[in-house]
Amino acid sequence: MKDKIFNIIKENTMLIVLVLVVLFFNITTKGVMLQPSQFNALITQNAYVYVLATGMLMCMLTGGNIDLSCGSFVCLVGIIGAKVMVNMGAPTIVGILVMLLVGVIYGCILGYVIAYINIPPWIATLAGFLALRGWGVALLKGSSNISPLPPEFCSLFSGKMNDLFGGPRIGGVQYNMTSIVVALIASIIVVVLIFRERSVKLKKGYDADSMVAVIVKSVLICFVIMLFGYKFSLAGGIPYSLVWVAVIVIIYSFITSKTDIGRYFYTIGGNAEATRLSGIDTKRIMFIAYLNMAILTVVSTFLTMSRFQAANSTAGTNYEMDAISACVVGGVSAYGGSGTVFGMIVGATLIGVINLGMSLMGIDANWQKVVKGVVLLGAVVFEILNNKKKGVK
Amino acid sequence: MGKTLLEMKNITKEFPGVKALDNVNLVVEEGEIHALVGENGAGKSTLMNVLSGIYPYGSYTGDIIYDGEVCQFQKIKDSEEKGIVIIHQELALIPYMSIGENMFLGNEQGSKAAIDWNKTFNLADKYLKMVGLSESSRTLIKDIGVGKQQMVEIAKALAKNARLLILDEPTSSLNESDSKALLDLLLKFKQEGMTSIIISHKLNEVSYVADKITVIRDGSTIETLDKTKDDISEDRIIKGMVGREMTDRFPKRHDVKIGDVAMEVKNWTVYHPQFTERKVVDDVSINVRKGEVVGIAGLMGAGRTELAMSIFGKAYGSNITGQLILDGKEVKLKNIKDAIKHRIAYVTEDRKGNGLVLTNPIKINTTLSNLSELCTKRVIDQDKEYQVAEDYRDKLKTKCPTVEQNVGNLSGGNQQKVLLAKWMFANPDVLILDEPTRGIDVGAKYEIYCIINDLVAAGKSVIMISSELPEVLGMSDRIYVMNEGKIVGEMAGAEASQESIMSCILKS
Repeated sequence: MKDKIFNIIKENTMLIVLVLVVLFFNITTKGVMLQPSQFNALITQNAYVYVLATGMLMCMLTGGNIDLSCGSFVCLVGIIGAKVMVNMGAPTIVGILVMLLVGVIYGCILGYVIAYINIPPWIATLAGFLALRGWGVALLKGSSNISPLPPEFCSLFSGKMNDLFGGPRIGGVQYNMTSIVVALIASIIVVVLIFRERSVKLKKGYDADSMVAVIVKSVLICFVIMLFGYKFSLAGGIPYSLVWVAVIVIIYSFITSKTDIGRYFYTIGGNAEATRLSGIDTKRIMFIAYLNMAILTVVSTFLTMSRFQAANSTAGTNYEMDAISACVVGGVSAYGGSGTVFGMIVGATLIGVINLGMSLMGIDANWQKVVKGVVLLGAVVFEILNNKKKGVK
Repeated sequence: MGKTLLEMKNITKEFPGVKALDNVNLVVEEGEIHALVGENGAGKSTLMNVLSGIYPYGSYTGDIIYDGEVCQFQKIKDSEEKGIVIIHQELALIPYMSIGENMFLGNEQGSKAAIDWNKTFNLADKYLKMVGLSESSRTLIKDIGVGKQQMVEIAKALAKNARLLILDEPTSSLNESDSKALLDLLLKFKQEGMTSIIISHKLNEVSYVADKITVIRDGSTIETLDKTKDDISEDRIIKGMVGREMTDRFPKRHDVKIGDVAMEVKNWTVYHPQFTERKVVDDVSINVRKGEVVGIAGLMGAGRTELAMSIFGKAYGSNITGQLILDGKEVKLKNIKDAIKHRIAYVTEDRKGNGLVLTNPIKINTTLSNLSELCTKRVIDQDKEYQVAEDYRDKLKTKCPTVEQNVGNLSGGNQQKVLLAKWMFANPDVLILDEPTRGIDVGAKYEIYCIINDLVAAGKSVIMISSELPEVLGMSDRIYVMNEGKIVGEMAGAEASQESIMSCILKS
């Protein structure tokens, strides 16, 4: 029993750290941290990180490979999209398709260079890092941004879900019923899935978590979902950016844990040659990793530019670092072969919470960077030491 | 009798949960070659790591008495100062540095401010001569063969003024002639008064060089055999190692019917992937029948692995020409996936390097080459996967707590079983096994041989590439001898002998 609890703590260290950090900031900010507007800020400000880090996770799994160019690509794609939608007056859907097309083209080039010409990823993407932002800014021809973007584009990615049920207004506070209903539905789905998995396992005679563990897990997850639902109902509704993030995260979580192609990302990171000799086209997987990264970068661009309602020359600065940090803090191995979408979410959230909390406390921006650097290093050191202990026979 | 140089008394070393060494005693006299034998995981390497200070004083109990005084080594440097130098199983040389640079790595010659390269290379040349190498010490390591690299390791040890040389599996990656040269060098050093401890699985080599043999089993010393007094035949040593008499090291195959030709290769020629003008496999024609074990003997670098990999969906080489005939029909294999689809499996010689994903669990490794069988619309049925892994664990008697365990934590023999399971799950008709028993102990070898017998009994064809002649002779129905990319001999297993195979190689 004692061992079991110890193991649970060990496997969920970052999650526990996250909870502690939230509580810490809640105390130091005298409750501001847990106000509805902060929940909203946490999601909208960090939506791009979740999406980019998902792509980065797939790259890192293949052997610690990274994409340094994604931040610059956010800038370039944004400017191209803005030119199409604002300067040329094309409909929003055309703008979105053009941007995705640019993403596919860049992804194919990057994937080809890395997978089939064998250029080390950090060099290939360093070239992109330098070139793409330069190109984007050059397209601006001296102005610093293109704005405003079409309102329908902005509301599609950064708007809030309307209240379909006309929620009550109690004590001068408007409740958004839709958020609560969505959260309830999500909770029910999660609980059903958890219990179904357990019963399937038991039916086939495999080890399954005890009933108590399953109930505790369900209650905790539902609590978090309902907490978000409640806070969003007070903050004017669920932001659409959260919907996009949730969809992407769920899809990739499924791919990495349940599909054969997801499995290959891990085995390539673990031993590329063994994977090749098992009849798997490792080059194709590398190609897919970078094509996928470019497409997710475009999605991330949608979220970013709609939030600022403009495409500007500094958009995407350091985004590649944010994505890498989120993965690494979330326990994704810097050498490849291990890491999960869930871990990445925890890592990204932890960094987001630290950012938000320090801003609320009024800590100088430069010191914030220092803290983030220390957290990043600490997380990696912790991961390596933890693995070392596991390695002892 | 000479004087005692080293005495290890009641050495006990514990790892969390495991007693790796239990009251081990070892006495080595000056000027002798002392062999340490035992199954994998018996504790030989642990004992040597205690001796050389890799496990510092205090992490074990017991005494090390070296040259009359009790030693408490804290780190490797401490033991090296006393002249105890260990040469590890895996070569620790840096390929893109010269021999001389490698030899004095960590032992640089010259003043504090700068390395004296002339002195370095002169000294290096001197030591190279002592080990019988004529290469200049300015040659890069990558340009000399594995056999010579092992000699450089020894020269490096000499440069540290070794009095007691410890060699951990020095010949595991060497061919017969290089191994012989190395062992003869040890005998020559013995004449000059050097003391050596050699750890080896190759019992014929142990019988050849050793004056005394200490057998370790399950972390304890079982016995010490003296060449002058005791019987040190291979059978006698094996008896000590496994604790029972091994009447037959190769299990008999009963009533296996040899059928039609399952796979045939005709006029197979392969060129090197980088140096495309170099022929690696030259006009090779071989075949294997259903229910047959065909051995391919030859020296290291004879092109056997290259032949196998080029057949296996062009996994190696460029400009591959020749015919591949499966069940009487000529096929062209585009890639590895294609080869697996045509029911060929290649079980690599280097299980850690390109065979297994060490950081992944047993079950993931087991299913990797045939994952699509467990998938519906790309989604893996993970329950079925677990079941498959469990089945193979039972069938091959893999020792592991669960199939969720990472392969990296298994012993060599069990890793080899996982590797075999992986390819058996791909359901091949022809299995090419490349060095299937390298670096695993006698007991595990026997089990691998049994698996091979089960495979052919089920009508599969097995091609076994091996550098250990007794194994090729003991297991094969038919033997091809390969040298410098060509087939230089073919003989029935029953008629072949070590001599006939070696003479095929030498006469070619």
